Amino acid sequence: MSTYTTEESTVEVAAAVDAPSAQRLSSLDTLESEAIHIIREVVAEFEKPALLFSGGKDSVVMLHLATKAFWPGKVPFPVLHVDTGHNFPEVLEFRDRTVERLGLKLVVGSVQEFIDRGELAERADGTRNPLQTVPLLDAIQRNKFDAVFGGGRRDEDKARAKERILSLRDEFGQWDPRNQRPELWNLYNGRHTVGQHVRAFPISNWTELDIWRYIERENIELPGLYYAHEREVFARDGMWRAVGEVSQPLPHEDVITKTVRYRTVGDMSCTGAVESDAYTVADVVVEVAASTLTERGATRADDRISEAAMEDRKKDGYF
Amino acid sequence: MSTETAFLQAGLESAPLPSTLFRFATAGSVDDGKSTLVGRLLHDSKAILADTLDAVARTSADRGFGGDKGGIDLALLTDGLRAEREQGITIDVAYRYFATDRRSFILADCPGHVQYTKNTVTGASTADAVVVLIDARKGVLEQTRRHLSVLQLLRVAHVIVAVNKIDLVGFSEQVFRDIETDVQKVARELGLGSDGVADLLVVPVSALDGDNVVDRSERTPWYTGPALLEVLETLPAADELEAELESFRFPVQLVIRPQGALAPDAVAAGLDVEAYRDYRAYAGQITEGSVKLGDEVTVLSPGHEPRITRITGIDFAGTELQEAAAPQSVAVRLADEIDIARGDTIAAAGTVRESTADLYASLCWLSPKPLREGQKVLVKHGTRTVQALVRNVTGKLDLATFNVEPASSLELNDIGHAQLRLAAPLPLENYLHHRRTGAFLVIDPIDGNTLAAGLVKDHPGDHEDERYVI
Ligand SMILES: Nc1nc2c(ncn2[C@@H]2O[C@H](COP(=O)(O)OP(=O)(O)OP(=O)(O)O)[C@@H](O)[C@H]2O)c(=O)[nH]1
Ligand SMILES: [Mg+2]
Repeated sequence: MSTYTTEESTVEVAAAVDAPSAQRLSSLDTLESEAIHIIREVVAEFEKPALLFSGGKDSVVMLHLATKAFWPGKVPFPVLHVDTGHNFPEVLEFRDRTVERLGLKLVVGSVQEFIDRGELAERADGTRNPLQTVPLLDAIQRNKFDAVFGGGRRDEDKARAKERILSLRDEFGQWDPRNQRPELWNLYNGRHTVGQHVRAFPISNWTELDIWRYIERENIELPGLYYAHEREVFARDGMWRAVGEVSQPLPHEDVITKTVRYRTVGDMSCTGAVESDAYTVADVVVEVAASTLTERGATRADDRISEAAMEDRKKDGYF
Repeated sequence: MSTETAFLQAGLESAPLPSTLFRFATAGSVDDGKSTLVGRLLHDSKAILADTLDAVARTSADRGFGGDKGGIDLALLTDGLRAEREQGITIDVAYRYFATDRRSFILADCPGHVQYTKNTVTGASTADAVVVLIDARKGVLEQTRRHLSVLQLLRVAHVIVAVNKIDLVGFSEQVFRDIETDVQKVARELGLGSDGVADLLVVPVSALDGDNVVDRSERTPWYTGPALLEVLETLPAADELEAELESFRFPVQLVIRPQGALAPDAVAAGLDVEAYRDYRAYAGQITEGSVKLGDEVTVLSPGHEPRITRITGIDFAGTELQEAAAPQSVAVRLADEIDIARGDTIAAAGTVRESTADLYASLCWLSPKPLREGQKVLVKHGTRTVQALVRNVTGKLDLATFNVEPASSLELNDIGHAQLRLAAPLPLENYLHHRRTGAFLVIDPIDGNTLAAGLVKDHPGDHEDERYVI
């Protein structure tokens, strides 16, 4: 092992790093292995897990990892989609096709139904991302899910950066960031009492670039809007918004056709596109590696509301 | 594609080796500058994107950081909770990511406040290396001693000490050398450092200004060692060491036995349904060592004599491997039809001791509820959780002297020794040699909370542990 003395300018270290043994796993393999371990732990220790699946890239990667964890068996849990009603049609189509391909059960929690019943009110800014919490908790309770897999990554946001891999939620789905359980080694403690549930984040330690490198390596199919395509857009809040049923330009907002792609997929009315000529996954890897903006900074109006927007939503039970 | 991105892609393609993962954490007393150091590392290695930096600059200005001089409060890059920003302290671990040409780093910025020691233990438990900060004006404090004891207890592979705020003591070599001497004394008393003998690396830094963080500083000409990042780029990661151990260990997480319920996508891709009708494999993550096809293994199951069999398959999602090593997640098949379930362990034949229900342990107590003799708890070890009775508390560490003093209970943040009787035997191994199969959690059976980090010690009479205080 290494010995250092401060009098010498040369650093002596174990030779292992300069001549890595053939066995040394790449960072992507290590992350994959860690995620599969977590997915299997949760399935082994919980009665009724479910996986949040929106058709977005992180949840697609999660589902891919789950298929690998249980191969050649079926993925042993249903998927849950909290539908804002503000969807990109191609993402919904992709969702249904994926669920069909893997023979999974799909549970849908609908924001629209809650609005129709008067149990949720449309926000003044029209954004429905923050409204997902109520249907999410309702679906969890109704289906008695005791663990819910999410595709949240710690590099997405400063509040997510603080969350444990297994995150305990109380009867109201709330996260208490000031009083999290210790999480030691990779011994995950999923004990909970009646009414509580656990959110599990197996890809906590992946970055956006890891996700894309993995999609490239594993040849994972994604909804087409993640790649460069032509679209009618207008500028709002410094982002390109797609023209669609729920996302109409105001009179002073000019509609133009641009070559864009999406870095995240959420409520269509508040998710922005970025100008891009990344037509293939290899192009996207290069683009993401060179990007000077974070994915949320570039594409999410809802995270710009306040300094602690994500923390506040998570405390209330958000993903 | 622009020339700039084309250039980048050329760079990516010519990268000689896939990057590997390295995890490190910070520790040290309150306000020693841990978060600022992490922010500095991220900033100087260009890992902060423009919108994040803008947001942090705005918040710094709003809060009047740096007085008239201004500047960016780099600690805000990790202190992301509202309460942390209001109080100017770190409450819980923040994980951040950056990469150099050589490796990808996972950084865990831990709190210094004694109240949040459990979070620092969380961050350190998975770390390959920990950087302990010391404020140059204050030297070694009680909390520094506590954190160093925790790191020794966890046997963190590499501990590096950064004497921070060296700018505030006029870049004085004397101040640095005095602290360095104190640190080496503490390290020797605790048995810290690789195999308990080598000196620790102590680096003078200014997290605020960046001296000796990414590049060596001209303002400390008397220091001729490496800058922090240089060290972090070259240390071997813990799993690298674990993969090379002789002793293959594989706690079974679950049994994969589709019994006809095969994955439709696998079937559509041409999986031979007949061939997989009776498929049965044991899924888990290799915790140490490596395994090849044909290897003889011992299966340890509660209530059974150890059984010997052979590895006939190592599967990873449709790929049949010839061999695999820690920390790979795989599924193994065995030559004999034996009944194996979650909680059993598969190990290289002839390398394991029998399971035992007598647990001698070091504990780092993380709960405000104290540990008392006679108390019932749960012990989570590998993939098993069993009930346990606390028979004796046999001592606790005095931070001032590093002696283990007699005790009958352990309170919040105490490090001590205890003897527990388990309701069922477990394949316990000494943590000194088996980081994963030597670690366990103590859990409160009432509310399910984690009470302590536990580390298996040898039974009295096996003299392995004796050269260590804790
Ligand atoms: N002059 C000077 N000030 C520093 C240096 N490093 C940190 N500070 C200041 O010291 C104060 C505490 O810094 P933090 O980085 O928040 O300390 P910390 O160790 O993370 O604190 P906790 O996480 O709460 O324990 C801040 O005001 C920093 O700006 C340094 O190298 N030089
Ligand atoms: Mg801090």
